[in-house]
Amino acid sequence: MSLSDLWFILISVLFIGFFFLEGFDYGVGILLPFLGKTDTERRQIIGTIGPFWDANEVWMITAGGAMFAAFPHWYATLFSGFYLALALILLALILRGVAFEFRSKRDDPQWRSRWDWAIFFGSVIPALLWGVAFGNIIRGTPIDASMNFTGNFFDLVSPYTIITGLAGVAVFVLHGAIFITMRTEGAVEKRAQDWARKFVMPVIAVCALLAIANYAQLDLYTEIGANPGVVPVATAASLLAVGYFVWNRQFTWAFAMMALTMVLALVTYFWFLYPNVMVSSTNSAFSLTVDSASSSDYTLKVMSIVALIFVPIVLVYQGWTYWVFRKRVLDDTKALHY
Amino acid sequence: MEALDLARWQFALTTIYHFFFVPLTLGLSILVAIMQTFWHNTDKPVYKRMARFWGKLFLINFALGVVTGIVLEFQFGMNWSEYSRFMGDIFGAPLAIEALLAFFLESTFLGVWIFGWDRLPRRIHTASIWAVAIGANISAFWILVANSFMQQPVGYTLNEAANRVEMTDFFALITNSNVLVQFPHVFTSGITTGAFFVLGISAWHLLRKRGDAEQLNFFKQSFGMAAVYGIIGIVLVIMVGHTQAQHMVETQPMKMAAAEGLFDSEDPAGLSLITVGDWEQRSEVFSIRIPGALSFLAYNKFDGEVKGIHDLQAEYEQEYGEGENYIPPVALTYWSFRAMVGAGFLMLGLAGLSLYFAARKQGNVAKWLLRVMPFAIGLPYIANTFGWIMTEVGRQPWIVFGLQRTEDAVSPNVTAGMVALTLVGFSVVYISLIVVDVYLLAKFAKQGPDSDDAEAVAEPATVTA
Repeated sequence: MSLSDLWFILISVLFIGFFFLEGFDYGVGILLPFLGKTDTERRQIIGTIGPFWDANEVWMITAGGAMFAAFPHWYATLFSGFYLALALILLALILRGVAFEFRSKRDDPQWRSRWDWAIFFGSVIPALLWGVAFGNIIRGTPIDASMNFTGNFFDLVSPYTIITGLAGVAVFVLHGAIFITMRTEGAVEKRAQDWARKFVMPVIAVCALLAIANYAQLDLYTEIGANPGVVPVATAASLLAVGYFVWNRQFTWAFAMMALTMVLALVTYFWFLYPNVMVSSTNSAFSLTVDSASSSDYTLKVMSIVALIFVPIVLVYQGWTYWVFRKRVLDDTKALHY
Repeated sequence: MEALDLARWQFALTTIYHFFFVPLTLGLSILVAIMQTFWHNTDKPVYKRMARFWGKLFLINFALGVVTGIVLEFQFGMNWSEYSRFMGDIFGAPLAIEALLAFFLESTFLGVWIFGWDRLPRRIHTASIWAVAIGANISAFWILVANSFMQQPVGYTLNEAANRVEMTDFFALITNSNVLVQFPHVFTSGITTGAFFVLGISAWHLLRKRGDAEQLNFFKQSFGMAAVYGIIGIVLVIMVGHTQAQHMVETQPMKMAAAEGLFDSEDPAGLSLITVGDWEQRSEVFSIRIPGALSFLAYNKFDGEVKGIHDLQAEYEQEYGEGENYIPPVALTYWSFRAMVGAGFLMLGLAGLSLYFAARKQGNVAKWLLRVMPFAIGLPYIANTFGWIMTEVGRQPWIVFGLQRTEDAVSPNVTAGMVALTLVGFSVVYISLIVVDVYLLAKFAKQGPDSDDAEAVAEPATVTA
């Protein structure tokens, strides 16, 4: 395995970490206006991700930084090509980030409701657009011989990428609802459970649609035949297990299965993407690959050493914070920060 | 306007905006950590109230620093894709390391600190604010490693075939002599910014003398602490700045010549107090200079040649090709340098006076100084902003000194319309948010330490973790 392959795996890991962690906190943000009836309930809901959301977002920042360092061409093509979509994500994230800090700083219902909607849009827009972006990366976009994206914003919108976007949102919302059931008590917990039960079937339906769309769009049938292999099948199985556990109100298990589903789905994704990192719809010879997009061996070596030392350390202290804040968030105003 | 001009405006806007929040984050996090450490060591409730009160203001500021940082990271790829392709091998690494070593530490432990007041042993909770402060300042180090390569490329080889620079020596990158002067300058200017923030707000309260004796004592102590912190910060920032100027004469003489409005080489060179230039014709119209002082700034002695713009242009034409303009926008560089240095020396005076009054027996500060200090909160912001403008504008036309021009770095496939659209979008959001931010900072600053903390005061002093 070459160093650029290793970095392809590491970046996949960073994105998986990002979608898994920020996935539930986007979901929580999207559900906020609907699950929280009173101000205290809303603060309780935000409190479930309070100590974590900022660090979760760093997974995205690190994935972006690692992409820049290990695959500068991937970074340059993707970020300049998906320009307006990324600008929208940025604006959404700016509002979302400050909303958490600002919302409780004034005791005024209108002020708070405005920031709650900022959290909602700040969560739903990135969730949708990251899904669209990942759909485009694998389906292919117009990229020329000099690795530049030659299309426009509307080339990124197609029935397929709308499905990948919606599937992203659907999965995150369910993930968030299950997370809330584990982190709260009282009315909010009950409501989140009901939501998860109501939504689990539609979410599975959207994912099934995505599976069909993948077959139709990505030439998977000609490539791999009717049997997609162990990992995709396991993905489907674990998603069905989520449905089973949600239905039986065993939410810890549902969360574990949800985590597994997301990991497996993304492993499948990166598996099928490899050795490309961005597919060109203009000419497959123009597709960016792990080799053509990567940094020099020396840089990758330096980065590998740094990553091998620090990724485990980060995992340990982040894991520790989930242990420290393992108690459920109660609807007790005095204990709420946000 | 072309996409290039708009992209430059967008980058300038975003970096300047980002750097409104960063220095306060760098400096105030350390001061809050010190306050909380005092509490941990002495058990005096006033220190806990200090950490909580200044910590709350720190958080309001922190939120904006983080979100604007993400914009910067994305912007290299969005607006400057050719730069990213040319420089990714070198520039990406410190950026990724910054995220891995610093952002994770900072954000994770900030969550721990905010939510851990009643849940964690005091020692671990105090350690968590130190982790935030250290993380913030480590992040500054790595981003300056990246920036320093743009000022002074080291440890690389130019791969002509791949049209990019490649890293050959990581150790050279992180010991770049530019970063060794630049990081201390940014670090100490963070300290200064944090100190003036606390000094200004404390002065505002002390002047009004509202609230009980406890409240007044709170701000008197905050003032005293910040005065000590501030004098350390500003003295060091000026000393390091001097070293940095000498380094600049050596490595980027054109930037120094522009910063001094020095058109023709001089020996001994005079330091410009004020220069009116005909910037179009690139000649001096009128100037007052302190004889020999620029030579002193450059070499620590009152003679020695400092090169002027015309000679340097001739040199660069020989080295990098004829017929190109290697002169940065002189007026902007010149006035930015003056704004930075001017604000710096004003701060030195004010920090000195603050310390003098705070150190007197009663610790009572003269009224006129209390009146001035709230306005002085703006001084570090002026110095920080113009310092960066000088650093980045003075390097032009290069984006990476001697290796890539800014005009060659822009994304070829991004249209002027797209950049204009996002420029408007970001501007609207930035302006609205800075209004909200200042409003909230002012609101909580005026309120003083809040009633929630009354419990903290009532807490028996003997309880330890």
